[in-house]
Amino acid sequence: MKKLESTLPNMVAVLTGVTLVSAALLGVMQQLTKEPIEQIERQTLNDGIKKVILAGKEGDLSVSKTDTLIDADKNTFVVYTAEVDGAVAGRAVKTSVNGFSPNLTVLTGFDNDGNILGYEILATAETPGLGAKADQWFQKDGKGCIIGKNPGVDNLTVSKDGGDVDAITASTITSRAFLKAVNIEYSVIFKDDASSGATRWGEAEPADSSAVSAPADSLSVAEPADSIAN
Amino acid sequence: MDKFKIILNGIIKENPIFVLLLGMCPTLGTTTSAINGMGMGLATMVVLMCSNVVISLVKNLIPDMVRIPSFIVIIATFVTVLEMLMKAYVPSLYASLGLFIPLIVVNCIVLGRAESFAAKNGALASLCDGVGIGLGFTLALTLLGAVREILGSGQIFGFQLWGDQYGVLAFVLAPGAFIALAYLIVIVNKLTKKA
Repeated sequence: MKKLESTLPNMVAVLTGVTLVSAALLGVMQQLTKEPIEQIERQTLNDGIKKVILAGKEGDLSVSKTDTLIDADKNTFVVYTAEVDGAVAGRAVKTSVNGFSPNLTVLTGFDNDGNILGYEILATAETPGLGAKADQWFQKDGKGCIIGKNPGVDNLTVSKDGGDVDAITASTITSRAFLKAVNIEYSVIFKDDASSGATRWGEAEPADSSAVSAPADSLSVAEPADSIAN
Repeated sequence: MDKFKIILNGIIKENPIFVLLLGMCPTLGTTTSAINGMGMGLATMVVLMCSNVVISLVKNLIPDMVRIPSFIVIIATFVTVLEMLMKAYVPSLYASLGLFIPLIVVNCIVLGRAESFAAKNGALASLCDGVGIGLGFTLALTLLGAVREILGSGQIFGFQLWGDQYGVLAFVLAPGAFIALAYLIVIVNKLTKKA
């Protein structure tokens, strides 16, 4: 077959045809993959909640309540109230912070007193081999274990900032970001309960925003270029 | 035999990384570990095969003056389809490579092969070229990823060789990618010169 000439009608027709076929194909594929993708996202979240609340123990877990909160710094939190065998066992909180790369999403489980039951990194773009170690480092057997600690009692910042947690080797920025996520998650569900005596779950904007953001302020957010040097 | 030659050509004589030095952005970005490099290479190979075949089939329908926008749309469509399929059916691979998949669209290897090979050859030959170049790319990325993983964190395919405190951090980060790539090109040049 002879090649089509580069005349205006030909070019317009070909470009229109190519884009139409592409758009149709993409539409069909989007419809086909929509359901499996949503299912996988739900699955990841459910497994995460199970992991951070049960922390290895057996039990029948169900999520009785889901709330979305926003604090004064515009951080969005999703709070899942989890019941094990019919009694409220704790709350799992999901939020995203900026680490060395944006969107480090951390899900942390707290018991009713604010002790950390477990955590899970749901999404990360941290450097593999460095910051990406956060999924193991702060677990029970890790060097910077935070399990069982209470952000309201313990100083959950890296030891370089005067805190109690050993930062990931050569990844101070990721460690700071991770601990910041845990601290603001704690404060969004516990600080306000304690100060006002009333729960304000379900409200999008906290009435007393200073109480919410206060612990986050005490965290060092300065980012010196020491992530490689040490 | 001829088809076999096309495949071999892509792996050795026209290896996109070591000889043509094409597609450096995903090469340096994704090779922090051997498995990431391999995943990126295989994903690119699938796109390359699909786009090469389709472009060689429709090459006579596309007027010369609009061929590049048409090729880009075709390639971008395949990449997006691949991304959605990965997200739906191999979420673990998507978790580690998701960030880099859209980069395949602007990977000059894919457009380069569409221009220099698929637009001039038949569908079967173009498929072979896609396989060859794709394998060459995968091989180079895996090799580079392995070198960086061994030197940077003392692992190979996640298997610990020695304590990661002996790893040279620079090799996990961007500068190490340039250094490792340069030395690999030196070695490949030395080996191919003799032959």
